[in-house]
Amino acid sequence: MSVDQAIVRRIAQLARIAVSDEEVPHLEGELNAILSFVEELGAVDVTDVEPMTSVIPMKLPMRADVVTDGEIESLVLANAPLTEDDFFLVPKVIE
Amino acid sequence: MSDPTDLTLAEARDALAAGKLSSLELTKAYLAAMERARALNAYIAETPDQALAMARASDARIARGEAGPLEGLPIGVKDLYATKGVHTQACSHILDGFRPTYESTVTAQLWRDGAVMLGKLNMDEFAMGSSNETSYYGPVASPWLPPNWSAAQGRAALAADKRGLLVPGGSSGGSASAVSARLCLAATASDTGGSIRQPAAFTGICGIKPTYGRCSRYGMVAFASSLDQAGPLARDVRDAAIMLRSMAGHDPKDSTCYDAPVPDYEAAIGRSVKGLKIGVPKEYRLDGMNAEIEKLWAQGVEWLRAAGAAIVDISLPNTRHALPAYYIVAPAEASSNLARYDGVRYGLREPAEDIAALYEKTRAAGFGPEVRRRVMIGTYVLSAGYYDAYYVRAQKIRTLIKRDFETVFADGVDAILTPATPSAAFGIGEKGSADPVEMYLNDVFTVTVNMAGLPGLVAPAGLSAEGLPLGLQLIGRPFDEETLFALGAVMEQSAGRMALPQPWWG
Repeated sequence: MSVDQAIVRRIAQLARIAVSDEEVPHLEGELNAILSFVEELGAVDVTDVEPMTSVIPMKLPMRADVVTDGEIESLVLANAPLTEDDFFLVPKVIE
Repeated sequence: MSDPTDLTLAEARDALAAGKLSSLELTKAYLAAMERARALNAYIAETPDQALAMARASDARIARGEAGPLEGLPIGVKDLYATKGVHTQACSHILDGFRPTYESTVTAQLWRDGAVMLGKLNMDEFAMGSSNETSYYGPVASPWLPPNWSAAQGRAALAADKRGLLVPGGSSGGSASAVSARLCLAATASDTGGSIRQPAAFTGICGIKPTYGRCSRYGMVAFASSLDQAGPLARDVRDAAIMLRSMAGHDPKDSTCYDAPVPDYEAAIGRSVKGLKIGVPKEYRLDGMNAEIEKLWAQGVEWLRAAGAAIVDISLPNTRHALPAYYIVAPAEASSNLARYDGVRYGLREPAEDIAALYEKTRAAGFGPEVRRRVMIGTYVLSAGYYDAYYVRAQKIRTLIKRDFETVFADGVDAILTPATPSAAFGIGEKGSADPVEMYLNDVFTVTVNMAGLPGLVAPAGLSAEGLPLGLQLIGRPFDEETLFALGAVMEQSAGRMALPQPWWG
């Protein structure tokens, strides 16, 4: 399988990464180089093989259903580029 | 004492305990060495005030008889570990200005045990790379000079664009360069496809990627969560064992972290390897393999045989599928993990009129080319219509790779000996500019271990004909790092101590 320029633009949009018109042909070549590298996997017989979900078998731990932190607005917002009061600021999303 | 930075971590620990040296003296010696070596670009943030304060506190604890296992020992920290109030960006522009309000579990345990932080170390952006050339902060030079270079030539290249100098490997290139150049006693590193072991081989030092789950991932900037694992880079096998004991251990903040006591890994050094069964996998003998690597591997087999180990030929038939499957699984997980960088909660923000444009412009400006490439591949293989053909298939192949190892372990194999890298270190600017896959091939011997969640140790095994360090890899059973340390120590002793390069850089 390989990608064309329309698919490259679609992937970029799904990944929320702006790409310029000049970058698209480069990306097309790079992504196709990687896809052709992984192509051989199509020939591997995986009949009746379970996909891996956990590389080391272990039981997921449970913990008590209690609040363990909170009241740390200033820490949560400490690295935000733009805030107002106790909120992150973003461009208007609802008209 | 001549230069305290010549001591290994174990030697420095013993000198501090015996009162022959203070942590403050040792720490000052490292801060001075770091200043002289700035052109290598191993550290991207130095924390001298913090280091001196920690050293003074350590000296006070030693005087009171309250010393921890790493008391007063100066170490470096890879930039992907969250360190409270200190530069933490995984060497990406998208985390511009990020100062965590919390500490990673691994570093917290190192400070608990008395270690002193010297600063943050350079790395490939988000740990995606094998040469440390994808860092936003520029490449790191290896302290090993290219063959036949004079010190003056090396210094001239450092002052220019570093081209022609050797890469320290990646992604933990800053950690490897700093340990090999004696700019810290040891360093934290991390390994998703070979990022501890390949740099260890390239710079003549020891590194171990422990079993998946042995160290907590809490506070480590995530790349591919099912493959990422913390581990140390150190000057020898013993030092790596000492570091790992402090880094490992259960943490309720990481649900994949293994809940079992941490052994005293140092006690495994010097343990007999007599009767251990060592597998030599035929699939690691690649077509067109570098003759020097093949010779080194055979030499490693002889060393272990001479120490009383039994050598057996084994087969791991799915080995060749590991690297392509990795380049589906790792980018898929990365595309998901890196979705959090949106210009809203932390790091870089590129202003825009609407929220979608804010995301798209921020991520375009903040991610370097290799990260963007992997996020896009990951997005593609997870997208509707391709998920089964790529991602699910790769996870099935991962099951096959793990099954190969389980089969040989069930047959009584205790550990597996393989080459660490396809070659010695290459030059800065030499690889991967035209075809990204050229760089990916560096991880051909290391990536299987991540895919199967196993521990892997690389120790120096000799020099190439051109005088560059080469390493060998030992792969172990899950949570049997001790056997790797015992075997690694035998290999190290047989090879003779690796003489690290003398400072030519300043």
